Amino acid sequence: MKFSKPGASVALVAVASLALSACSSPGASSSGPVDVSLWTHAAGNPAEIALIEELTTAFNESQSEYAVSIEDLPQASYNDAIVGAAAAGDLPCILDVDGPVMPAWAYAGYLAPLTVDSAVEESLIGGVKGYYDDTLYSVGLYDAATAIVTRESILSEFGIRVPTVDEPWTGEEFDAALATLQSSGEFENALDMGTGWTGEWYPYAFSPFLQSFGGDLIDRDSFETAEGVLNGPEAIAWGEWWQGLFEQGYVSTKESADRERFAEGTVAMQFNGIWAAKTAADTFDDVLFLPTPDFGAGAKIGAASWQWGISSACENPEAAQAWIDFALQKEWLVRFSNETGNIPATAEAAAESDLFQPGSPYLQFVENSATLALIRPATPAYPVIAKVFEKAAADIMNGADVQRALDAAVDEINADLAANNYYE
Amino acid sequence: MTLRPLGALHRRLWLPVVYWAVGALLLMAFSFPMVFMAVSSLKPDDQIFLDLKTMNAFLPTGDVSLDNYVGVFARVPVAQFLLNSAFTSALVVGLGLVVNSLAGFALTRVRWRGQTVVLGLLIATLIVPFETIAIPMVFLVSRLPWFSIDSAGLQFQEGLMNTYAVQILPFVANAFSIFLFAQYFKSIPRELDEAAMVDGASWWRVYRTIVMPLAGPVVATAAILTFLPVWNAYLWPIMTVQKEDLRPIQVGLQYFFQENVEWGQIMAYTTIITLPVLVMFLLFQRAFVASIASSGVKG
Repeated sequence: MKFSKPGASVALVAVASLALSACSSPGASSSGPVDVSLWTHAAGNPAEIALIEELTTAFNESQSEYAVSIEDLPQASYNDAIVGAAAAGDLPCILDVDGPVMPAWAYAGYLAPLTVDSAVEESLIGGVKGYYDDTLYSVGLYDAATAIVTRESILSEFGIRVPTVDEPWTGEEFDAALATLQSSGEFENALDMGTGWTGEWYPYAFSPFLQSFGGDLIDRDSFETAEGVLNGPEAIAWGEWWQGLFEQGYVSTKESADRERFAEGTVAMQFNGIWAAKTAADTFDDVLFLPTPDFGAGAKIGAASWQWGISSACENPEAAQAWIDFALQKEWLVRFSNETGNIPATAEAAAESDLFQPGSPYLQFVENSATLALIRPATPAYPVIAKVFEKAAADIMNGADVQRALDAAVDEINADLAANNYYE
Repeated sequence: MTLRPLGALHRRLWLPVVYWAVGALLLMAFSFPMVFMAVSSLKPDDQIFLDLKTMNAFLPTGDVSLDNYVGVFARVPVAQFLLNSAFTSALVVGLGLVVNSLAGFALTRVRWRGQTVVLGLLIATLIVPFETIAIPMVFLVSRLPWFSIDSAGLQFQEGLMNTYAVQILPFVANAFSIFLFAQYFKSIPRELDEAAMVDGASWWRVYRTIVMPLAGPVVATAAILTFLPVWNAYLWPIMTVQKEDLRPIQVGLQYFFQENVEWGQIMAYTTIITLPVLVMFLLFQRAFVASIASSGVKG
């Protein structure tokens, strides 16, 4: 490198400095309606972000005091962005939060309690209400649900009963069905559990099976230990059943993230979320969405999807609350359900949703959500619990000793609880 | 008697074959992921998965089109993200070369008390992972004074959040670059400085006209090693930049990881963001290889 002109480097610094300052974002406008910032995780999800924009435009036009402005961030980096903004004291006014993460944010002081009208609060289904410490911090416009997906023709061919939420398969029935399907030789595997999806899918999808056995991720009475619930006899029974699925070849240990095998016909059943329902229904005209089996403590599925909250840094919480109240109107709940394919936040909206009319196969998801859904533990420790459970479930799937894997998980969760003074 | 020359002949014949065969294998090993990425970017998702178990994965077979690229441009402001990454990378590299070479120069060519301790402390900072200091750094930059120029004129503000500056300034001074410059400058004979000073040259003139013109290889190395992390920056921009029009290219990749992942679009996006780096490498291939070989640094 040769600097042929004197002071080139000084000039570079000066020009760069000017360029940096010129390209900085301008300050907020000082006149007109008060600007209220909103962050959402929906970047890259065209249907959802379009709807949030439409909703916000409608809200802004409905009054003249506030103008809500949207910043959309990609889901995978959203939580880190919130943590960064909190450290910088730069949180937005309105923000969405994944249901099980909400207690951690409320505990950290990121969120302020909501003041939703009690009648509206009462009308919301359980999975869309985010309570921590008996206080409502977040509400969702929709919820997701999971189901066993299969085909009527498969069940009838092998003489397998169609279960209902009132009479779900027992654990023995489910295992027998898997054995029958596997031994038929018609499928590579009887079931696709989606183990190729990592992250929150593991606790969201698989911990309800643990809870159906009678175990849990943490003692929900005290929220101070996982001892006895994540490594007790019921949890061990779950672990052995879970490991057996793979050992007996009912489920492949090498499932990929694309989850195309049910559509290809190489698996007989799939355990999946409502977001995958349309693809399945479009592929097979005899598709069935079924409740999960009952392993003794009742059939369970996970609950709570993305919800809206108000940050504690919000200077206009009344504006943020007004936006949330506006969004909770039936009209918008129906729109969100129709266009994102999720379960509306109220039964009233579900009755008007295109997807959940009488006779629709998707109604099973509403039924599953209403009767089987269990909120993941509302504790600030949940992000740690989720990661620990994911590791334990993956280890057991890959052949680890069940008792040892669950004991290690309990130790790790309890260590985190103790290190944080039990999040008091 | 006749065997020896034949053996030598065999060696002469076989050595290039082995050389080229190993070279071809290495080429395949390193290029196949990129070929797969580029080829898959032209296929619909079901074709990608259909081809996965055969060599077709590396061939443009089936329903080949530019639909994934159209989808990418419709879904994400790719051009803006590319410009943002190019802008921040260019400034970090440009400013970094000036600042770090000056620091390296001061630490090795100018004699002052404590310079070894300072260099040691700088090197010690290399053992601290970025993730460890990310949150304190966010806290710090959010309170630094800054200025902007808009329609109302010069504005002063607290904090660099949501600016290009926050993506550039913290990475200009780079301990590893300083170390590289310092090491390289040590190898240039001091007599050159002394001779220039006898002729009345200042330190600045020595730096500018004696030392830097001899530092081509280390400049190239420092430029590469500074460019790549900034081009690939992910965690820092996530935490400090929430405005979409300031977002860099790597954060944009996350737009595609929704519940129903469209892998063809991901392949198209990664092809788009890999191309500039690939073109840069091909353009400066000789300088890169020479600089890395001469400095003994792995990229």
